[in-house]
Amino acid sequence: MNAVASYNFAYLDEQTKRMIRRAILKAVAIPGYQVPFSSREMPMPYGWGTGGVQVTASIIGRNDVLKVIDQGADDTTNAVSIRAFFAKVAQVQTTTRTTEASIIQTRHRIPERKLEAGQILVYQVPIPEPLRFLEPRETETRKMHALEEYGLMHVKLYEDIARHGRIATTYAYPVKVEGRYVMDPSPTPKFDNPKMHRSEALQLFGAGREHRIYAVPPHTEVVSLDFEDHPFTIQHFDAPCALCGAEGVYLDEVILDDKGGHMYVCSDTDHCEERREAGHVGRQEAAE
Amino acid sequence: MYVAVKGGEAAIANAHRLLADRRRGDRSVPALRLDQIVEQLGLAVDRAMGEGSLYDRELAALAIVQARGDLIEAIFLVRAYRTTLPRFGYSRPVDTGAMLIERRISATFKDLPGGQMLGPTFDYTHRLLDPSIVEAQTDAPALREGATEAAPRVTDLLGQQDLMEPDGDAEEGHVVGDLTREPLEFPLGRDLRLQALARADEGFLLALGYSTQRGYGRTHPFVGEIRIGEVEVEFDVPELGFHVSLGRIRVTECQMVNQFKGSAKVPPQFTRGYGLVFGQAERKAMSMSLCDRALRAREFGEDIVAPAQDEEFVIAHADNVQATGFVEHLKLPHYVDFQAELDLIRRMRAEHEAQSREAAE
Repeated sequence: MNAVASYNFAYLDEQTKRMIRRAILKAVAIPGYQVPFSSREMPMPYGWGTGGVQVTASIIGRNDVLKVIDQGADDTTNAVSIRAFFAKVAQVQTTTRTTEASIIQTRHRIPERKLEAGQILVYQVPIPEPLRFLEPRETETRKMHALEEYGLMHVKLYEDIARHGRIATTYAYPVKVEGRYVMDPSPTPKFDNPKMHRSEALQLFGAGREHRIYAVPPHTEVVSLDFEDHPFTIQHFDAPCALCGAEGVYLDEVILDDKGGHMYVCSDTDHCEERREAGHVGRQEAAE
Repeated sequence: MYVAVKGGEAAIANAHRLLADRRRGDRSVPALRLDQIVEQLGLAVDRAMGEGSLYDRELAALAIVQARGDLIEAIFLVRAYRTTLPRFGYSRPVDTGAMLIERRISATFKDLPGGQMLGPTFDYTHRLLDPSIVEAQTDAPALREGATEAAPRVTDLLGQQDLMEPDGDAEEGHVVGDLTREPLEFPLGRDLRLQALARADEGFLLALGYSTQRGYGRTHPFVGEIRIGEVEVEFDVPELGFHVSLGRIRVTECQMVNQFKGSAKVPPQFTRGYGLVFGQAERKAMSMSLCDRALRAREFGEDIVAPAQDEEFVIAHADNVQATGFVEHLKLPHYVDFQAELDLIRRMRAEHEAQSREAAE
């Protein structure tokens, strides 16, 4: 029972890895389809990335370089914890550099830098079923997917427009994959949706508690649902990153005082650091 | 001046160190030994084993002390260890009829073959705090002398007269499922449903079972029998061609006898609700059997109107390791999504303001 010694490479036993790899292969063969798999208890809680961790554990090899982000950042506590887990049980090299990583496990963001062929992005997914909040029953939603019965989703989006004048979904914004399955991109902000479209990287999604794996193979068409008169748009920020001056990236709002003072900084910490190393400065840095 | 937040790694290490310190508590108080927990907190150990789905008293005791007595955390520790264990095969079904009984009661018959045996129960104790147990010597128990009479299961006694639906055999060629090795797909067979209930959260099943008694899916239950004791676990060894005994485990079994009017094809018969749990876990076994019966509504063509009868609702939310993980994940950062909502609500408020200004002009 002395931790590392008695566990297999990357924690999971080889039988389990094989089972998960088969689920992944099926998921790749049917883009956007949720493949049931026999999720295992992991040494971290359900809802904290067990699906992503199982996918990563099944595909990781000794030569892989792993990056883990949460909210776009490498140093959020859960990202640190998962990275430390793989460093311990698989002794793989880890990195914070998007360019150096062969596997990137993520929660809630897609890196700003365009991913390349050969890279794998592993998403941690809490609720894989895009129709879940419209229909709570799994037996029903599976039928709806089988029959390509997505009217309910369009009605929901339409009701948003009727009520709020716009589609009020800002994250976990539903997409249609290769013209067939409606898929939940995991709770990434809709800002990141266009990055999924025809990405050169393989995108794998693991939902541990819900026992589902799905995938978007490279170069797959991923279209955010919308209407002709209400086309899909992404968020735009009025100010650039205060640290690196980046525009057209996703920003975190940081509260500075109790008088409403706030500033915006890059959510993708690696991207921000890289820009600052290259000499870019934001408003705050310039003022120093 | 704002600097991007760093130091998650150091923070985690320090938090874990503090946790270890708090777990140990005052160093002048002797540390708990595992055998003390096994011997003196036996029902907590049983719960950690049952919901952790691993029969090992020492490991469960370790989990309890490591979890500072938080039983759901202990169950989680046991599960996470269990899942890494190699799987050699499946035991033969245990024969609870041949149990070495320590407690056995029936609420349906005053006396019956084998008799009623109260055993080590809280029933009929007065719940008065008793400071004397801390210091005082405890008397040795009074044990029955001589051989015990065979105690056939009450459901079998009723079954002989056809008053009880038979246990029922699985369909020819049916392979018993294993919810730890295959993904659950609804609707479930009763085999998988019972597996899920056996490791389900005691509190959740208790509340659901209670709800059936208060009219949300009534099943008219009687405790046909509760028995607690040791049963033999046997294992078929294909290489040897015969089965060998692996040892004994303590289990609690509850058989509820429920009303059923019968149908055109079947004469009126009582129906069963079944509960079987590791260790001594009577409340859990009873709740499980109430829920099992309620969940058989579809099988009996009963209207599904109450939460306890709804298989997807009950089974999908009964696992406390899953539930606690997902509820507690809300404390993980969500600022990226929250930012998206913040941005939207600000824009909508700005529009709203502009509209009201326009209307006022």
